[in-house]
Amino acid sequence: MSGALPGWMRMPLIGFVLVLGFFVLVPLLEGLPVAEVGRVLADPRLWTVLLVWVLAWMGNAWLSERATTRLAKGVVAACFGLTLLLLWELMTRLYAVPEVILPSPSAISAKIASNLDTLWIDFVQTFVKGALTGYLIGCAAAILTAILIDRSSFLQRGLLPIGNFVAALPIVGIAPILVMWFGFDWQSKAAVVVVMVFFPVLVNTVAGLAASEQMQRDLMATWNASYWQTLFKLRLPAAMPFIFNGLKIATTLALIGAIVAEFFGSPIKGMGFRISTEVGRLGLDMVWAEIAVAALAGSAFYGLVALIERRVTFWHPSQRH
Amino acid sequence: MNRVLPILTVVAVIVALWYAATVWMNAPWVRDQAARAGQEVTTSQLVRETLNQERPVLPAPHQVIAELWKGVSGQAVTSKRSLVYHAWITVSATLLGFAIGAGLGILLAIGIVHNRAMDLSVMPWAIASQTIPILAIAPMIIVVLNSVGVQGLIPKAIISAYLSFFPVVVGMVKGFRSPDRMQLDLLKTYSASQSQTFWKLRWPSSAPYLFASLKVAVAASLVGAIVGEMPTGAVAGLGARLLSGSYYGQTIQIWSTLFMAALVAAALVAIVGGIERVTLKRMGMAR
Repeated sequence: MSGALPGWMRMPLIGFVLVLGFFVLVPLLEGLPVAEVGRVLADPRLWTVLLVWVLAWMGNAWLSERATTRLAKGVVAACFGLTLLLLWELMTRLYAVPEVILPSPSAISAKIASNLDTLWIDFVQTFVKGALTGYLIGCAAAILTAILIDRSSFLQRGLLPIGNFVAALPIVGIAPILVMWFGFDWQSKAAVVVVMVFFPVLVNTVAGLAASEQMQRDLMATWNASYWQTLFKLRLPAAMPFIFNGLKIATTLALIGAIVAEFFGSPIKGMGFRISTEVGRLGLDMVWAEIAVAALAGSAFYGLVALIERRVTFWHPSQRH
Repeated sequence: MNRVLPILTVVAVIVALWYAATVWMNAPWVRDQAARAGQEVTTSQLVRETLNQERPVLPAPHQVIAELWKGVSGQAVTSKRSLVYHAWITVSATLLGFAIGAGLGILLAIGIVHNRAMDLSVMPWAIASQTIPILAIAPMIIVVLNSVGVQGLIPKAIISAYLSFFPVVVGMVKGFRSPDRMQLDLLKTYSASQSQTFWKLRWPSSAPYLFASLKVAVAASLVGAIVGEMPTGAVAGLGARLLSGSYYGQTIQIWSTLFMAALVAAALVAIVGGIERVTLKRMGMAR
């Protein structure tokens, strides 16, 4: 029978039957009377949510079978995100979920709109002062260190395993110590970020400096290029894909470090501070608003670094389309 | 030897720098105390006192090691003062969350590889979510679950699961797609079904990707569990230990907890790495 259905209808229908079966079977297995199950199934709210879900899925399946251009693929992804938001909104409204458990997207966006100034102050405190400062210092220090130890294979063999080891550690744990040393303001957050981004960038840069081929280095040698000429004209450009890999990993780490460090003490502003205090006051719409800002800032930061990467490493195979 | 000597040298240099920093950072307090008592401090006295303070700005390595040793072997492992007890609380949440996150991640990756609608809809969001500071939602998850009556291990495990989920999804999608055109075509000429292709080709060839992403995921799970213990004033676990140390200015306690966390992280990653080596060797994929 399913052979007669077009492909884009098949999976959503199977999913629909499975979820419906779940709503029938689980109460029955838990020993609820049949009348109770019937009442659950007669609830129009359940049908509304399920129908929106299945229809959106069919629409997306239909669309994705035909999507070939990048734009169309983007539309599919956007539809998926919008459907999730719509379902979220529907469920919180229909089932009257209390604000202190899950605020609806409309409540969150209303909160964002009415608290733009607070959000901006928090953003500047955490992102610009804490994360960005720490990111710039940490990445610069890591790249310089990598260039310095590059000349000594002894140092490399000693530092690289340690760097790899430290990169896997739960470094956010040093946040309480650094807050004690550098005070409550953004300096301590920047310090946490410096330590967090340092090792991933160091390890990637050292790997990148080793990436140029022997043939290319020999060519530089035949041209009688000095160490620094080889470094700037061959090895650093060749290392750029690796360095940017580290820089991209570090963008997320920077934001995480700055936010988590604020859980340990902060002046009365900052995204992490706002999240931890509003959670305590059960002002969850404000928490979600901060999370939305953090998500936006994180993706924008990553996107910016990726954009710079595309400009710098336009020659690399991974950048060709 | 060729590999150990450089590492030992660097470690020795770090320890030496640490001792120097200890003297330098703790000296103001010692000088201050001496000035109040109206005494002069000699250099040797200064060094001796800076290295053995009760609540130093920066504890000396031997103090941290001593505290760590005391925490591990000083009492029964069930005691609330035992670091093993706290580490176990955190590790149990980490492992539960890791298992959930990795399992769901693999399932979603299977769905993404086999279903074009899922691929186009979910994959961009899974990638984008890696640029988001997910850890920021940790306090909210704990408090909300607390208010609906879920406490203890589960909320921390959910944060761990969430953190380990996305690296596994992204890594496994790459892994399931790693067989090249030629191999997929060969299975097609054998008239292999989709599930046969999966079990005989995609799943085995994704093994290196699986372990690479599991190593990232287990480290992320541990961070999630530790951070999950911080905002609620949890009473047990490494995160709670860090927080109480920071409240009461017990720097030695903070540092020893940090070392414990580092040991746990290293052990978890090493276990996954060990399984990786054995598995890849038996599959004939070891490099």
